[in-house]
This record gives sequence, C-alpha cells and structure tokens, in this order.
Amino acid sequence: MCTYITEKVDASGSGKGAGGWFTLTETSVYFDHPVHAPAEHTLNIDFLNPQEGAGARVAVELTAETARELAAAILRTLDQVPPGLL
Amino acid sequence: MSDAFLSQTITIGTEDGDIEAYAALVQDSDPRGGVVVIHHMPGYDAESKEIVRRFASLGYNAVMPNLYWRDAPGAAPDDAAAAGRAKGGVPDERLVIDVTAGAAYLRSLENSNGKVGSIGYCSGGRQSVLAGIEVDLDAAVDCYGAFVTGVVPEGWPLKIQPLNERVTGLRCPVLGLFGKDDQYPTQEQVAEFEKLLKDAGKEYEFHSYEGAGHAFFAVDRPSFRPEAAKDGWAKVAAFYAKYLGA
Repeated sequence: MCTYITEKVDASGSGKGAGGWFTLTETSVYFDHPVHAPAEHTLNIDFLNPQEGAGARVAVELTAETARELAAAILRTLDQVPPGLL
Repeated sequence: MSDAFLSQTITIGTEDGDIEAYAALVQDSDPRGGVVVIHHMPGYDAESKEIVRRFASLGYNAVMPNLYWRDAPGAAPDDAAAAGRAKGGVPDERLVIDVTAGAAYLRSLENSNGKVGSIGYCSGGRQSVLAGIEVDLDAAVDCYGAFVTGVVPEGWPLKIQPLNERVTGLRCPVLGLFGKDDQYPTQEQVAEFEKLLKDAGKEYEFHSYEGAGHAFFAVDRPSFRPEAAKDGWAKVAAFYAKYLGA
C-alpha cells in the first residue's frame, strides 16, 4: 500500500541527475512503493531542488537491509574523519 | 465490430485547466461504454497505460488522467509522482475534477453509449469509490484501495481522510477486489466497507482472494498473483458488461 511515511531534511550539497549536476536544497526519505526496484516497498531517497523543477531529482530505491547498512556506513565514515575536517 | 483501437497521449479540459491524459479509443462506430482509469500512487506509468489499452481491447473507450500533471507539468511521470507525493498526494477535490473531466471526455465521443465507469488501483481504489460518490458514473471498481474505511496512522503526511460513512452516498454499483493477505486494507476494513454498503441498500459485489495481498494485479511487481489477477479481470469484464453495456 501507499504508506506516505516521509521524513524531510534540508540539504546542502550537490547531486547529479538526468540533466547534470545541480545544487541540492532538500531530501525526502520515505518507505513506499518503488518505481523500478523489484520489491513491494523500498526505502526511497529523493535528493531535490524543487526550485529547479521536478526533474531536479536524484532518486534511489533501496531494500530496507541496504538502507540500514548504508545509514550505518555513512555514520561510520563520518566518525573516521580526522579532527578538524568537519 | 472492429478490434482496432488508437492509443495516445491527449489533453483533456477540466474546470481547473487542461491536463495530460492517456486514451485508448475503439475505432468503430458501434455505441460502447467508457472507462476512466485511475492510476496508482507511483503514477502515470507504462503499466498503467497498458491497463488503459486492455480496456480498449475489451471494447471500451478508456482514458487515464495524469493526476500529477498539475504538480509538475511536462516532467517525467516518476518525477511528477515524487513531487505529488511530497505534497501529500492528490487532493480529493482535484481528483473529482479530473475524473469528472475524463467521464465528460468519454461521453463526448461519437461512439459513446453514454455510460462511464471508473477503476482504480491502490490509492486509486479509494479514489474510484470517491468518484462513485461525487461524479456521475454508472459503475465503480475498487482494486484494494486503502482508507475507504479505517484510520490514517498518526503522523503520516497524507492529506486525505477515510471515506467511512460517505460510501453510503455512492451513486453507482461498486465492485471491490481485495487480497486476503493485504494489510491496507485489512479484511476487517473490507468487511466494514461492505457492511456500510449493505446497510445502506447499495448495489455491490466484493471478492477477496486467498494467497493474494496488495497489488495482485501489478504484473511488474513481486505482489503479482496470476490466478487472482486473471479472475479479477474476468470479474471486472463481467461487471462492466452488466453496467456499461449498450
């Protein structure tokens, strides 16, 4: 079913979409039907810049397991950054 | 009777401006019914367009409004769906406007017999029931629509509310097709929906399939259940033959 469970995060960074690189302003994280992934529901992340149109989007659809591993890997990576670089 | 049909992207006028739609129109002059297809939440996609064409192959003129058109005119359907989703989904008022326009378009065709039904999948299932309440339709099909009855969980950014007692205002017969393993809607919610219709003396036909959950019609998803889908298509064809026939 369509869960509509959504978390939104203001974003600062860049993403590369179908039209090339663009500045990110927000990120949507949600658990819902994928468009492409072969699963009923996936953890979907949209990196967005709505001011540049709906096409300014980098989309990923991850299994829940992959998403958890990714989240942990992001945190582990940041934890390893030498002092002074963050 | 010819089995030729023409399918293509068109523009339909609504009371809130023009929107994109996908149509499949039977190419002979015999009077026939029409079907407004309401796509699922992931959007106006290739599989939904295939459903539109299937209705034409069954002898109906069919049209599917792009419900996310106003969220992102001209954008790729998946990007438009993401934009619409981020806003909390399709508002009910807009859905009614777009299905009304789809029904009017179908009735304006030279080979229309004046009868039009709706069918919707997933979120579109609830929207098909809503259309049966708010739009002048002759039949409505609900394929596993969540939140016809029940409660939207707290904290979800979904803008719509369950229909509950509003279903007693249905203006046409309804066919409901559900999976027994579905959690949205659960069998309890389906039973609640059925009781409301029964108590109100409404015409309805419900079927719940063993071994099927949500989205059993979706041929491109692991939820696809060929037996349920095959029987479901037969039920839809019989229902429309009864209520949309000449």
